[in-house]
Amino acid sequence: MNEAFFDKKEYKPLDRVDGRLKVTGAAKYSAEYPLPNMAFAVLVGSRIAKGTIKSIDSKAAERAPGVLAVISHLNAIKVPGYQPKGEHPSEPSTNGQPLRVFFDNKIVSNDQPIVAVVATSLEKAQYGASLVKIQYIKEQHKTDLEANAGDAKLAAAAKKNPKSPTADYDRGQKDAFESAPVKFEAEYVLPTEVHNPMELQSIIAHWEADNKLTVYDKVQGTKMTQKNFAKEWDIPEENVKCIATFVGGAFGNGLHNWPHETAAIIAAKQVKRPVKLVLTREQMFTMVGYRPRTWQKIQVGATRDGKLVAINHQSIGQTSSYEEFTESTLMQTRMMYASPSVSTRYRILPLNVATPIWMRGPGEATGAFALESAMDEVAHAIGMDPIDFRLANYTESDPDKNMPWSTKYMRECYEEGKKRIGWKNRKLKPGEVRDGEWLVGYGMGTGTFGANRGPATVHAELDKEGNLVMHCAITDIGPGTGTAMVQIASNTTGISTDKITFHLGSSEFPNAGLQGGSSTVNSVGPAVLAACNALKEQLITMAAAKGNSAFTSAKPDDLMFNKSELQLGGKSAKTTLADLFKQNNLEKIETTNESKPDENRNKYSMNAFSMHFAMVHVHPFTGQVRVKKIVCCADAGTIVSPKTAESQMIGGATGGIGMALTEDAVMDHRFGRYVTKDLGDYHVPVHADVPDIDVYFVNKPDLLADPVGSKGLGEIAIIGVAPAIANAVFNATGKRVRELPITPDKLI
Amino acid sequence: MIQFQYERASTAKAAVNALTNNANAKIIAGGTNLVDLMKRNVMAPTKLVDINALPLREIRQQDGKISIGAMALNSQVADDKLIIEKHPLLSQALNAGASAQIRNMASVGGNMMQRTRCHYFYDTALPCNKREPGSGCGAMEGMNRMHAVFGTSEKCIAVHPSDMCIALVALDATVLVTGPKGDRRIPFEELHRLPGNQPEKDNNLQKDELIISVEIPDNSFSKNSHYMKIRDRASYAFALVSVAAALNIEGKVIKEARLAMGGVAHKPWRLKEAEKALVGKPATEETFRQAAEIAMQGAKAYKHNAFKLKLGPNVIVEALKNAAGLV
Repeated sequence: MNEAFFDKKEYKPLDRVDGRLKVTGAAKYSAEYPLPNMAFAVLVGSRIAKGTIKSIDSKAAERAPGVLAVISHLNAIKVPGYQPKGEHPSEPSTNGQPLRVFFDNKIVSNDQPIVAVVATSLEKAQYGASLVKIQYIKEQHKTDLEANAGDAKLAAAAKKNPKSPTADYDRGQKDAFESAPVKFEAEYVLPTEVHNPMELQSIIAHWEADNKLTVYDKVQGTKMTQKNFAKEWDIPEENVKCIATFVGGAFGNGLHNWPHETAAIIAAKQVKRPVKLVLTREQMFTMVGYRPRTWQKIQVGATRDGKLVAINHQSIGQTSSYEEFTESTLMQTRMMYASPSVSTRYRILPLNVATPIWMRGPGEATGAFALESAMDEVAHAIGMDPIDFRLANYTESDPDKNMPWSTKYMRECYEEGKKRIGWKNRKLKPGEVRDGEWLVGYGMGTGTFGANRGPATVHAELDKEGNLVMHCAITDIGPGTGTAMVQIASNTTGISTDKITFHLGSSEFPNAGLQGGSSTVNSVGPAVLAACNALKEQLITMAAAKGNSAFTSAKPDDLMFNKSELQLGGKSAKTTLADLFKQNNLEKIETTNESKPDENRNKYSMNAFSMHFAMVHVHPFTGQVRVKKIVCCADAGTIVSPKTAESQMIGGATGGIGMALTEDAVMDHRFGRYVTKDLGDYHVPVHADVPDIDVYFVNKPDLLADPVGSKGLGEIAIIGVAPAIANAVFNATGKRVRELPITPDKLI
Repeated sequence: MIQFQYERASTAKAAVNALTNNANAKIIAGGTNLVDLMKRNVMAPTKLVDINALPLREIRQQDGKISIGAMALNSQVADDKLIIEKHPLLSQALNAGASAQIRNMASVGGNMMQRTRCHYFYDTALPCNKREPGSGCGAMEGMNRMHAVFGTSEKCIAVHPSDMCIALVALDATVLVTGPKGDRRIPFEELHRLPGNQPEKDNNLQKDELIISVEIPDNSFSKNSHYMKIRDRASYAFALVSVAAALNIEGKVIKEARLAMGGVAHKPWRLKEAEKALVGKPATEETFRQAAEIAMQGAKAYKHNAFKLKLGPNVIVEALKNAAGLV
């Protein structure tokens, strides 16, 4: 392990490399490519949740000024990938058959896209869409999770494979809970939440030739999109180009290719023009996934002195009638605490709703609400400080996988977090601390997420002026991927950050996976490292070949740039890059390097950990909750970009405030239709809801996980925030709210 | 959105004429609500009469009253020195509404004319007697957490969404309107109406009347008033319950009181019986609690808004405590 490397060079806060482009409007998002002859499509959604389309009267729309086409299952061109039983391309795959837009007359969820009106301007398309008359044959729908909980089932993957993460899990003694000295049991409900990034989902589909497709598409994976549409249209992968240079937030809803994308591609084919399609805010609730409403029940058995005896945790999450969406809601229950007996039961409930998709923190954030609330409740029941209770059940190795942790620095998080939030001011008994009329409470919650890593490839080019240019297909949905990669490259080579460019967000660039699951720095970072070292390798070989003896036994780690000069082992190598290139008659050197997970993954359990602390004020008579301070502690390995990493934690905590206090996509089940479906009614936190957020990084490398030492950050930034706030509200008031969000009506 | 004509009125008379001549014409001022409604096909005027050019933005002191032009911006009124000094309750209420961006566009007249935010009113796929008379009330048996507890009818349980109007009804304001038959004055309490059998009608303006200004009589409440709004997030959300409280306290005794509630009825809900119960009593929490009980008499809850029966009186007490300086 090369720890010395990181001791030598510290990562310093750096402004976003694309910050200026973003704040000046120069950054181009998917809907912002002005292609010649562009047409505009507007989607019409169904007004029932289940049934069939009886008729579509599109005459008036077709006659409306500027309307080029009204497309539905009645007249849509055949999509080669719509084989009745064929696997519709969707990756990462949810089990089932993703919705085939304009395929048949079946309605499977409310606001399902059933007609596209294409016109010469957006306004004309909108007007045309308002003229389409659709008649339905209605069938009885089911959209209510609690009312239909009896129909919940094991996921197909779990049926096939008992080792699947969604399969039933039992460790230790079967009836351990029943005989535990302290028994606690409760149910928790998380409502449907919607990603609602600032940027609406948008696509420009452009058939550059009959079998050549370019999409400017708001997605989290350019290669995924390329592959999916190549399959869908039965054309070679190299004939599909996906551009997603900038993505204005996504939080997971770009991890799947959705029907509106195919609708735009169909429309472009049919009107023989590039077609732009931007969803409305309302359609963001029904067409691009959401965090599924989830019911959970947890049983915790413990001894009176605070040792866990058993945890039984079950959950039911909703999915659509056509795809089995699953997430890791119960995984952390298996490994977070040293409970000798653990059982988990994960179930999904197909309903007449659209398919959910991972939303930041995904299932772990849902599961953590139940687990971390329950831990707080048990600590209260036995009269123990909730941190002491957790420390009494600390896992020194992963009790689920039976493997040592690659690294785990949660003790540091407990200590630092306690100090920063002022935990000493917390009283064990709720309702004891006041500030004027307001009740004051302190709470905390922990989170964990796999230190995921996948293969990634980076192409790097170094010219004689010392400019380093890299390319990779990875997207950046906002965390500052370009900035982080520039910092890794600068740290590896010594080249100053302003001479390094990292191009991303195109399927034309070398392979990378999705930006999701906190895997980007862990996967692409090592490829940047590998490419930089390969360039150094080439320079060493070049220098040695020209008789520079100092270089003959040099290794990449020895070589660094100091402005134009090259250094070996911290000393001048008495040569410059320009000299080397001149001697070899070169303008530039280049390399393409792949980096992949290694065998350490079979020997160690690799997780990032977070711990969130909240201090809240609750008004005893009006039920208002004001979060006064949040402290986020993260054991995420090496922090390669301290500034954007801190921003990411702040964003995660803000999302957690929404989860705890405000966000709720409310459905009227009589119609199977959402009633809170704009940013006025669906409450994401506003500035006034967000206090000072204090971020602490342990910042110790995990070089078993990957050569950069990073464990990932995006998900743990939100996992555990909601229970921290719920626990603080309990500490303030003595009222335990087990169904989020904690709105004023629940506290009076 | 349907196609519509657009006309810029240069005088109030021209605006009124335009309304008289086209049954489907609507006034547009800031457009902060109307444009949303048009985009969603909830309202479909065939003509928009823009009154932004009318000289109606002035806020001025007259004999015994302050007059606010109908085109004064919400933010302009909220930040106006005279308003802050004489009617801080109004300034507070305005600042509790919407967002800074919306307040910078929205006019005082438009604020009065804004429509309910009932979910069912906004979604043309769902029933709503206000949008489509006879289609039924979606909220009655549906998601009615935000809905009214006072003055509901079998046709409609929607609430008026304004904050400004709650302060204006408490402050005994009067609205000046002009129409084809000339000018008239409407006491603020009579401007908006209860849904009854005609929930499609929000207020008592005639189809071709135009709001010119609103007047607030001078009073003795500036030292002891408070607007309290309880909502699902700290800003930019409609009231679960809001209360405008104004007291004139001499010594420790309440000489005069004004009390109104928002988020509870189809119109700004003035609480006159509760006001009577406050007058002549000491300004104490006990007095306020008694008044709050009286205020809630006759309230009727639906499936999801029963909490308002408890939250309502609590907010009345808290608003009065703040007004009286007890907090």
